[in-house]
Amino acid sequence: MNIATPVTSAATEDTWTVAGKTFRSRLIVGTGKYKDFAQNAAALEASGAEIVTVAVRRVNVSDPKAPMLTDFIDPKKVTYLPNTAGCFTAEDAIRTLRLAREAGGWDLVKLEVLGEARTLYPDMVETLRATEILAKEGFKPMVYCVDDPIAAKRLEDVGAVAIMPLGAPIGSGLGIQNQVTIRLIVEGAKVPVLVDAGVGTASDSAVAMELGCDGVLMNTAIAEAKDPVMMARAMKLAVESGRLAYLAGRMGKRRYADPSSPLAGLI
Amino acid sequence: MNTMHTDGTVSIHVNGEHRRVFAGLTLAQLAEELGLAAEKVAVERNLEVVPRSTLGQVPVEDGDEIEIVHFVGGG
Repeated sequence: MNIATPVTSAATEDTWTVAGKTFRSRLIVGTGKYKDFAQNAAALEASGAEIVTVAVRRVNVSDPKAPMLTDFIDPKKVTYLPNTAGCFTAEDAIRTLRLAREAGGWDLVKLEVLGEARTLYPDMVETLRATEILAKEGFKPMVYCVDDPIAAKRLEDVGAVAIMPLGAPIGSGLGIQNQVTIRLIVEGAKVPVLVDAGVGTASDSAVAMELGCDGVLMNTAIAEAKDPVMMARAMKLAVESGRLAYLAGRMGKRRYADPSSPLAGLI
Repeated sequence: MNTMHTDGTVSIHVNGEHRRVFAGLTLAQLAEELGLAAEKVAVERNLEVVPRSTLGQVPVEDGDEIEIVHFVGGG
């Protein structure tokens, strides 16, 4: 008699797809702020992430033999997602991504157009404008944005392939400040939604996934942990846990207690 | 306007730094001269991206503003 049927991995394979590319890991990690490239590569390994964000910067002409990111994280094995960090206008961001496309040879990019240095809050007028232009040029922009369900729809309308609302300001580690708006964005989007920015610790990732997000993107939470490699693993597990909890469907909330043991047969 | 210098060199900027290079030098040769692997960088000349496949054909001209970028760690 077959009592327990082992669940095959094929049956439980839970993937997500962005711009035609399918991934198993729902965690995207950054490559900034690490002690060195070796630590960065070890954290990436522990995180299980298949996508890393990278920045586009001038080469150091005076020291061309300096170690490079690509020597430690192989772009053939991990998807490089070039970002536009530090860009404050649509033009700067577009210029950066045109160069990124030439450097990497692919169209999947992370767009962020910032409004001010203090909060690194997105400038949504510029972000929308850049998204539209990039989409027309054949880019597949995953877009960092405010946690505004209407702005998210507008981004989708002009060609964003993923909506990436902030949970809290970049690098703040404050966690998801407005779960309602994240949920509303998830419910309204036809493209993947990933919380990008604001995650501080594992439970923040789990919250994002329990809200139904397709993934989470983070850098500082791992890089500035006392043990970045251990935190990378914690984030991997938290994203998986949160995803499973979302799929499992949580219990309803009650205002008062409900006993778990039967009342009948009480001595 | 021909602003070539009498010594056969031209004056350009690479990543914001002034450089004097031989006239007729291609962007591929410039990258090589700087010790850079062309397949790991992207080149912009006067705000236009230069496709990697054409770096060997495009010569630098006097006054060019060249940007050479690559991927670095970022979030």
